[in-house]
Amino acid sequence: MSDNASHAPKTASEIASHVEEPSQAELHTHRRNAFAALGWARENLFSSIPNTILTILSVTLLVWAVPPLLDWMLLKATFLSEDPAACREAGGACWSFVTVKHRFILFGLYPYDEHWRPLLAMGLFIAALAVSCDSRFWNKRILYVWALALPLCGLLMWGGWFGLTFVPNDKWGGLPLTLILATLGIVLAFPLSVLLALGRRSDMPAIRAICVGYIETVRGVPLVSVLFMASIMFPLFLPEGVTIDKLLRAQLGIMLFTAAYLAEAVRGGLQALPKGQYEAADALGLSYWQKTRLIILPQALRLVIPPIVNQFISCFKDTSLVIIIGLYDLLTTAKTALADPSWRAFYVESYVFAALIYFLFCFFMSRYSQYLERRLNAGLKR
Amino acid sequence: MTSQAPKTPWWNDRANRAILYQVAVVGLVVLAGWYLISNTLANLAARNIATGFDFLTREAGFAIGETPIDFDPADSYAKALLIGLLNTVIVAVLGVILSTLIGTIVGIARLSGNWLVARIATVYVEILRNIPVLLQLLFWYALITEALPEPGDAFQPLEGVFLSNRGLKYPTPDWGGLEWLVLAALILGIVLAFLLSRWARLRQAATGQTFPSLRLGLALILAWPLLIWLLIGAPTAFDAPMLDGFDFTGGHSVSPEFVALLTGLTLYTASFIAEIVRSGILAVAPGQTEAALALGLKRGQVLRLVVMPQALRVIIPPLTSQFLNLTKNSSLAVAIGYPDLVSVGNTTINQTGQAIEGVAILMAVYLIVSLAISAFMNWYDKKTALVSR
Repeated sequence: MSDNASHAPKTASEIASHVEEPSQAELHTHRRNAFAALGWARENLFSSIPNTILTILSVTLLVWAVPPLLDWMLLKATFLSEDPAACREAGGACWSFVTVKHRFILFGLYPYDEHWRPLLAMGLFIAALAVSCDSRFWNKRILYVWALALPLCGLLMWGGWFGLTFVPNDKWGGLPLTLILATLGIVLAFPLSVLLALGRRSDMPAIRAICVGYIETVRGVPLVSVLFMASIMFPLFLPEGVTIDKLLRAQLGIMLFTAAYLAEAVRGGLQALPKGQYEAADALGLSYWQKTRLIILPQALRLVIPPIVNQFISCFKDTSLVIIIGLYDLLTTAKTALADPSWRAFYVESYVFAALIYFLFCFFMSRYSQYLERRLNAGLKR
Repeated sequence: MTSQAPKTPWWNDRANRAILYQVAVVGLVVLAGWYLISNTLANLAARNIATGFDFLTREAGFAIGETPIDFDPADSYAKALLIGLLNTVIVAVLGVILSTLIGTIVGIARLSGNWLVARIATVYVEILRNIPVLLQLLFWYALITEALPEPGDAFQPLEGVFLSNRGLKYPTPDWGGLEWLVLAALILGIVLAFLLSRWARLRQAATGQTFPSLRLGLALILAWPLLIWLLIGAPTAFDAPMLDGFDFTGGHSVSPEFVALLTGLTLYTASFIAEIVRSGILAVAPGQTEAALALGLKRGQVLRLVVMPQALRVIIPPLTSQFLNLTKNSSLAVAIGYPDLVSVGNTTINQTGQAIEGVAILMAVYLIVSLAISAFMNWYDKKTALVSR
């Protein structure tokens, strides 16, 4: 049905190009396709009375919502003017807010003239993420990629070498900070989560109890309380005189929180392996760590890549919570940009801009994870 | 006279090794804990911060915007925290109910044969679940406080109901202190209608006789409170909100913070629940639907009687974790100033300086609430589990 429907616009353009002399045969195909489109509509929109009512309701909703939205978003919008008064006059969306403030929203308090550095670091980060999505890199090579990318990003962001001015990390902000918090959160949590998952499946009761206790406690409390703990209690944990950076505290909090969720994903992979793999490894006389390193983890971790990507998505969204402890991530900068009294009224534009960035990242990652799931399932079905 | 196999040394024995490892790990954990605690105690002593939970009985000294039970700044911190917990529970319970409703509708809509409806539902799900919930909360809060008019020009969707940037104000019945009777009658009616429909179902299963439980149930829910209302003299007085200067007095109000929090949490969680419902329905074998249709059941009946009961078994475990997420996400209230547990806890920590006790209380309460929800859902899951005959 939908196949026929997709023919309809093609034929319409054909008709338009041959409009002078429509042959009998072409008219015939046109009519047939028009019937097909009608048939499609009848099948998909008007198959029964309730269905027709639903269609009418949906169309009403769209007519009610979409034209004013388009009007606001595009037709009446202001794009380039640097004067908020022009926006008020136009009455539509004030995208000039984004034009004026995008550097602050994207990079926060980072020195204005040095913005190319976080931009480059972000590019590197995204490139490293993209490379990590390629299954050819799912071995030791992925370690090399990150071992190269992370220090390079650090050097770019901090500077203080090769003529770059030093930028302390309390000036970092915006999208680079969000990316750093999310990615490092997952990368650092990963080894810990593997240990926790192995511990939870261990035969040794004391180790199992410790791991279960940790995982369930962290999963039972909100991230906000973990961040509170990180920001208020970590300084108290350290010996007198030692201080710990605010960014590092938040990063540790996010890492400890993510590790518990990731551990459950890894445990899923460990449980999904057929028992024969464990038994065969034991029969070969491998020690526990040999078995784990050579037989179990390489297979189990492949299975848990989609849940890890999903965890990355939620970690990416969760980093927005650092607003509560006063770090300048993407959401905080979007909110702070509104503190400027002359632009205060354009909160919708600011939040929509930030939301769009979050959406693009999360949407593509979730599509990627769905693609992976299909691919891995296809392998299993054969 | 066989030659003695070389004896395994005791440290290579599996059981002994396990004990060794465990002692080592537990020792390390205890050592790390002791190190942190001793540091903390030294730090607290150096900063002259008191320890212990004595502060709970002290006077809180701050006012709370929304109090389901009476609260005065002269009351104790313990009571302030209790109010915070109640506010959290109110948002969580309402959020769970509403997001389940919306999520189920959207999830079914995504599978609808109606092309347009399915597309709209997909757009809803994809947009809402890919944007951080905190951003959504801030957005709704800004929208309510900035886009809605001042109380002076409040929207009036119904007579006596005012929607302004101070929140939603609505009239409450003022029937000389007897309002609770009608409310009690309504609740009793709902409970009775529920029991009636249950009895009717059981009788139908046993004897095949049908019973008009829907009509009678509706009558119980509507007519029975009406009767009580007539009995107390059919009062019509209302305590309506009145504009007085810059704000309303009288009536009942729902704060903008609460509306923003509930809207944001509900819509966000509903997008996840929709996906769970959809995958649950897809997990039911298509033969079930075909067989039910072949029996002559209508589409709605197929969904209600055949597909949903089977899908529920797939749906409940992930649904539980969404309920837990919603409850935990309600802690984001602190960002928009709704006085939930975290918000009150934060104020308490700032005023007393007793961070460790404060964070410990927060974590303990959330743990207990989480455990309670999962216990309840596990019980429900067991109840609906397939009984193999």
